[in-house]
Amino acid sequence: MSDAVAIGVDCGSTTTKAVAIDSGGRILYSVVERSHPRIEEQTERCLALLRERTGAAASVPIGATGYGRKRIAASRVLTEITCHARGAFFHTGKACTLVDMGGQDTKVIRVGPGGDVQDFAMNDKCAAGTGRFLEVILARLEVPLDEIAQRAAGEARPVSISSTCTVFAESEVISLVAQGEPVAGILAGLHRSLASRVASLAGSMAADADVRMSGGVAKNATMVEALGRALGRPIGVLPDPQLVGALGAALWVR
Amino acid sequence: MITRRIQYELAGRVFGPALLSFEAWQKRLKRRGKKRGPSPFGPPLESVKKLKEVMSLHYLEGRYADGAVPVAWVTSGFPVELLRPLGFHTVYPENHGALCGVQRIVPELSDAAEKEGWSRDLCSYARTDLGSVLLGKTPAGRLPKPDLLACCTNICQTVLYWYRCLADHFRVPLVLLDTPYVYGEARPHHLEYVRDQLGELIEVVEKLTGKRVDMDEIVGIVRKAREGTRLWGECLATARARPAPWTGIDGFFHLAPIVTLRGSEECNAYYRLLLDELGDRVKRGIGGIVDERRRLLWDNLPMWYGVRELSTLLAERGFNFVCTTYTNAWAEAGSRIDPADPMGSAVLAYTHIILNQDLPNRLDIMRRLSKDYSVDGAVLHSDRSCKPYSIGQIDLKERLARELGIRVLILEADHNDQRAWSPEQGNTRLGAFMESFS
Repeated sequence: MSDAVAIGVDCGSTTTKAVAIDSGGRILYSVVERSHPRIEEQTERCLALLRERTGAAASVPIGATGYGRKRIAASRVLTEITCHARGAFFHTGKACTLVDMGGQDTKVIRVGPGGDVQDFAMNDKCAAGTGRFLEVILARLEVPLDEIAQRAAGEARPVSISSTCTVFAESEVISLVAQGEPVAGILAGLHRSLASRVASLAGSMAADADVRMSGGVAKNATMVEALGRALGRPIGVLPDPQLVGALGAALWVR
Repeated sequence: MITRRIQYELAGRVFGPALLSFEAWQKRLKRRGKKRGPSPFGPPLESVKKLKEVMSLHYLEGRYADGAVPVAWVTSGFPVELLRPLGFHTVYPENHGALCGVQRIVPELSDAAEKEGWSRDLCSYARTDLGSVLLGKTPAGRLPKPDLLACCTNICQTVLYWYRCLADHFRVPLVLLDTPYVYGEARPHHLEYVRDQLGELIEVVEKLTGKRVDMDEIVGIVRKAREGTRLWGECLATARARPAPWTGIDGFFHLAPIVTLRGSEECNAYYRLLLDELGDRVKRGIGGIVDERRRLLWDNLPMWYGVRELSTLLAERGFNFVCTTYTNAWAEAGSRIDPADPMGSAVLAYTHIILNQDLPNRLDIMRRLSKDYSVDGAVLHSDRSCKPYSIGQIDLKERLARELGIRVLILEADHNDQRAWSPEQGNTRLGAFMESFS
């Protein structure tokens, strides 16, 4: 008999994540795919794979979150904020301030001592300050995500880059490359700029708090370090940071 | 002039009522046999029919007002009581702007204004109005041309520049009442400054109309204005009951008479009717929404183009806006009006408008409303178009949350331009906010 008691699906703007958990909240199997516009088809495929690998019955409840949450046939549909908070609390077991940097959203959530959402802030109107911002600029610099740490290492002087608008920042980077600025300096400047924007979003929520990070961008150690510097405190990255939303969704229906 | 006057009077007294009765009859006929589907809202207010009638007649009369009676276009915070005795028909571009917002025609109007060089960063009421003037397009059929523009800076400074543009377009005089920003309480020299301007203003309007302002008439109108604001305040206060007999969104719409017809008997008669109905609903336990579980405060102007969707999203989960700082502003200011000292009290009342007061004052008002209406949370609309209303909301949020232990959300949108509202992002924030209560 399968140990899977709940499934969580986080259908984000960039990637779709699905997890199956056991009664203790342990992730038995997970799927991460680039998000497809045909949400229903993609979700069905992910669910079929989860069920096949874990032996989860069709009756196992599903919690859905993320941009595509309303298109998923789920037992419970919740926003990313509520799910990330739940996922983070599962890992920490205490109050914390969670910075979730996803594809198009950056959220700062104050999680209470009981795991409740006490306050939150999200980037508004513009995706500058999110994973997409990094993706766009890295593509322009032709730096693969997994090479950031290596390419940004060293004594490079960070170049100042505006973070008001992703499109404008991209033009700025093109111009910097043309002027012969070393990629390491541009990368350092890029992370610093992004971190300062997130720190400003966090405002007082990050003061005197145990700051944790989730979301795909949390896998980028250079970003975690830059954010820690901007907030003036070390940041703890949650285990499987990209899966925290899906885990939270599963925990809600466990 | 005489023909025009006859048309104006007939529009308000004969054609208008006949047309509205005909429309109402057609609607009844269409609805006959149809049952109301499942809805998170309580039964609709009966007074809405009368509200529609009062406002439709006002706009219908307006179509024939120019050439018949003097016409003034005024800002919402202008002491209109001074104009009424001289027989002015008043047009409120802000109220008309809201009408355009509800009808979702603002992008088209704004585009016309932007094409002429006004920036999209300007207030969307200003862009709506200027665009409407340029295109001659309005859901009201036609707006009468102004003989006078009357502007008071107690709501913002934009109105001054906006009305200057109107003055230039229509080539008519602009009167300005400049109200110094109030920190704490207004100082005597501030009040004296505003009072002097009232005197100058009376001279201009007397010259324009060729009539003398009769103080007795002003006293009568001020008395009615005070009564109107008192009645409006009582209507709002019925929402202190659990469940609140109406929604804050209803309040946004029922605000129209106190804004546009303040000081008139028809305005007061309307609010007596509404108050009776609300009182009756309280007695019978009828709520604005079917299942009121959480009560919220709304700060700032509404999103006119999306109020119904927003209200439905919340009502479906048992959330109701039971009070708003915006609708309260008209009850709050009126309490200072005193018929025994019409000029002095008008100066006091119009200088102490919420938007002309500092943050501690605004916090006091929000704190008081939160307690009086027993709210569980607050949504502060950060209105891209209305900076004076939106500034300081981050501090207000933290203070309200800390002092009252309530949950507070800042929601970014715009009061009239739907292009500045991202429904997906906005609804996710509202969804998470509501989930945080469970």
